[in-house]
Amino acid sequence: MAGACAGGREIGVTQLHREGLIIVSTMETTDSERRDFLYIATGAAGVGFAGISVWPFIDQMNPDASVLALSSVEVDIGPIEEGQSITIKWRGNPVIIRHRTPKEIEDAKAVPVADLPDPAARNANVADSADAADANRVVDGNEKYLVMLGVCTHLGCVPIGDAGDFGGWFCPCHGSHYDTAGRIRLGPAPENLPVPPFSYLSDTKIRIG
Amino acid sequence: MSGHSSYEFSNPVVKWLDSRLPIVTMVKAQAMDFPTPKNLNYWWTFGGILATMLVIQLITGIVLVMHYTPHVDMAFDSVEHIRRDVNYGNIIQKLHANGASFFFIAVYIHMFRGLYYGSYKAPREVLWMIGVAIFLAMMATGFMGYVLPWGQMSFWGAKVITNLFSAIPFFGEAIVTWLWGGFSVDNATLQRFFSLHYLLPFVLCALVFLHVWALHVSGNGNPVGVEVKSGQDTVSFHPYYTMKDLFAILVFLLFLFGFVFFSPDYLGHPINYVEANPLVTPAHIVPEWYYLPFYAILRSIPDKLLGVVAMFASILILFILPWLDTSKVRSATYRPRYRQLFWILVVVCLGLGVCGAQPAEGGWVIASRILTAWYFLHFLVFLPLLGLFETPKPLPSSISESVLAKQAAKSTAAAQPAE
Repeated sequence: MAGACAGGREIGVTQLHREGLIIVSTMETTDSERRDFLYIATGAAGVGFAGISVWPFIDQMNPDASVLALSSVEVDIGPIEEGQSITIKWRGNPVIIRHRTPKEIEDAKAVPVADLPDPAARNANVADSADAADANRVVDGNEKYLVMLGVCTHLGCVPIGDAGDFGGWFCPCHGSHYDTAGRIRLGPAPENLPVPPFSYLSDTKIRIG
Repeated sequence: MSGHSSYEFSNPVVKWLDSRLPIVTMVKAQAMDFPTPKNLNYWWTFGGILATMLVIQLITGIVLVMHYTPHVDMAFDSVEHIRRDVNYGNIIQKLHANGASFFFIAVYIHMFRGLYYGSYKAPREVLWMIGVAIFLAMMATGFMGYVLPWGQMSFWGAKVITNLFSAIPFFGEAIVTWLWGGFSVDNATLQRFFSLHYLLPFVLCALVFLHVWALHVSGNGNPVGVEVKSGQDTVSFHPYYTMKDLFAILVFLLFLFGFVFFSPDYLGHPINYVEANPLVTPAHIVPEWYYLPFYAILRSIPDKLLGVVAMFASILILFILPWLDTSKVRSATYRPRYRQLFWILVVVCLGLGVCGAQPAEGGWVIASRILTAWYFLHFLVFLPLLGLFETPKPLPSSISESVLAKQAAKSTAAAQPAE
């Protein structure tokens, strides 16, 4: 077809039909303009549809409905003695719940926020702008219980409790030290351990998620 | 170099096939008659060794999948089942696991061969860059394969390495969640790693095909670094190099099977015989030995994002190596200063490997910082400057001349004691 029109020569439709070639042509638009438009339109449509069709294959890797459905868990925190921690699994990750001693709370409160490597609260239950003061690391002013993800903010290892230079947690993988409020104090981790969204159902029961 | 063979086939069936698909001509020209420099030493046999390792990994891997179950509840047990119950399963599984290590031993020797003899220089830049892509694909394949037995080190290795992507500004967390298919490494992660671990070796095969194609356009380099000038400089690939490669492959396999039969767990970690537990991180986690130098670079930098950037940069820098090395002389044999730098680089890489295996504290951090700095200085400062200041030794005019000069030196040395 392209060969029949080489040089932009207008050839009679009957003649092309006789030669077994089909061509659509009008007197107002020359073939080359018409074809440029069709080529670009077809090419653009092809690229567009190919681009759109990629999305489902990318998005299928995101968390599915069954994973999202497991996003809430209730825990009875009554039996946790002072100075004791428990670890429960929430969304596949460990959540550390600690019944802090008065000394631990005092230690955490004694640190000026300005001295902290990460001055943000990282608490899903307070405003994003809240600072990392100890009061903003707990919920409903209940200072006894510290609830946070046991996932080091460096590369995701589980920090060990009652360890490290600040009497809190220590990550064995790359040596990050967290204090008694779960705030990063030393090491490569960039952020405080995050406090997940949770609420007190009663004095001794919480729902995480 | 890859000229068409004018061979006429006497067998009518071969002739019929070849006139329709010239595959016989191609094999004859590219794999048998292919003119190859006659002075290649044993460092040049590692290409053939690597091809053999790829085939071994493919065969053992496909067989293992007949018995393996990619599910968090069954993966660990199914690997134990392969080791204990499946006929020859113990050997096949150990061959696959140790095969990965030996694949990397071979690829590191192959890469340092390229560095020593300047194999990345014109006209072989694309050949070299495809090789770096192969190395990256190998690392991804090895990493995902190590996750599949679902032991403690599998799990925590996967978690730490995927978390590297969380260092990316703004999108980091979303990317990691997407990679995991959840909020932690879990069943979705295991299943996609299994799928990709099965896919990537075929991508590797395609890359290896391109690598060999590029090799057959430029022809082999050689230890002297002078291009082939006449037919006198070459011999046919078959039988001279098919047999030399085969001998080297057999010696290499002796070492591999030595490990498989007598010390199958030496290169692994005992903690990986404990099933994955998402709530407890082992006290000391390290990647497989072949990632240790890069792991040391990651940990040497105190900033999370910069550490990740440095680690990837240490590999990606190899892509631009052909343009960083300004010297026109290929072989380190004729570059006295570069030869010293090369051996220092070898020691630096081994040193980084040692640092990567140690806990990130005290002197080990300082050592890995110094070594990391040297690694980047080598490629970014020393190599570009050296080409401008170094005086290379005089090059022989041809491969044949250098071979004859060597033989002459040998015969005079042999003749002297007789006098």
